[in-house]
Amino acid sequence: MNNINSKDYRKYVNSKIPKPSYFKNCIWAFIVGGIICTIGQIITNFYNNVGLDKEDGAAATAITLIFIGALLTGIGIYDKIGKRAGAGSIVPITGFANSIVSPAMEFKREGYIFGVAAKMFSIAGPVLVYGFGSSIIIGIIYYFITK
Amino acid sequence: MEYLRAFLVGGLICVIGQILMDGTKLTPAHVLVSFVTAGVILTALGIYEPLVNFGGAGATVPLTGFGYSLAKGAIKGVNQNGILGAFTGGIQSTAGGIAAAVLFGYIMAVIFTPKAKS
Repeated sequence: MNNINSKDYRKYVNSKIPKPSYFKNCIWAFIVGGIICTIGQIITNFYNNVGLDKEDGAAATAITLIFIGALLTGIGIYDKIGKRAGAGSIVPITGFANSIVSPAMEFKREGYIFGVAAKMFSIAGPVLVYGFGSSIIIGIIYYFITK
Repeated sequence: MEYLRAFLVGGLICVIGQILMDGTKLTPAHVLVSFVTAGVILTALGIYEPLVNFGGAGATVPLTGFGYSLAKGAIKGVNQNGILGAFTGGIQSTAGGIAAAVLFGYIMAVIFTPKAKS
């Protein structure tokens, strides 16, 4: 009886102890994600200053960040950042570029059509399917609500 | 101040992703897909727009911001072109980013070879 109790107690204690890596991962994600977004803000302000409006500026920022993300993935730096940053490097749009370049490079030996071009979309494809799909459905719902 | 707000909002959105990845069995692909979809839905409900106004790039740079552009474009499209706009609007407003991702992604993948994993 005593034994079971101490076992249960240990289980209870373990469930209460925060995993150290769990907390550290969140801090890393917060800092790296925050830095990438701050860089995005700097780029956005630059485009707004040269005369692009809010929407065009956002699009130009996305294009610039995607270029940076793709380049850093190509030269192998982005994956090094990602080892520490976790979601901090995955969630920003640079991570979207990373998810395109990484598998495409990896499968280059399978050729330029079924290797590079097909594997580019192994993660980006689902993102576009669900993103496009849900936005079109939202648009249709909006149409019937407002008409 | 603007940069601090972008840092905080962007950082917090990434922390949510990190908690999802560590706390559940979700892979990065799951996180990306659910963030885009969440961005679309939150924008449609009118929740994401205030976040963009407050956090700027902190809200538009994460993938939820991609969903935001899609949903906002679709709604704008419907206002301009009716039902056709639901199909064209979202993709129009994100076309630049997607075209860049396709072109730059392909070029980088062709030029570079993956580094040996240690």
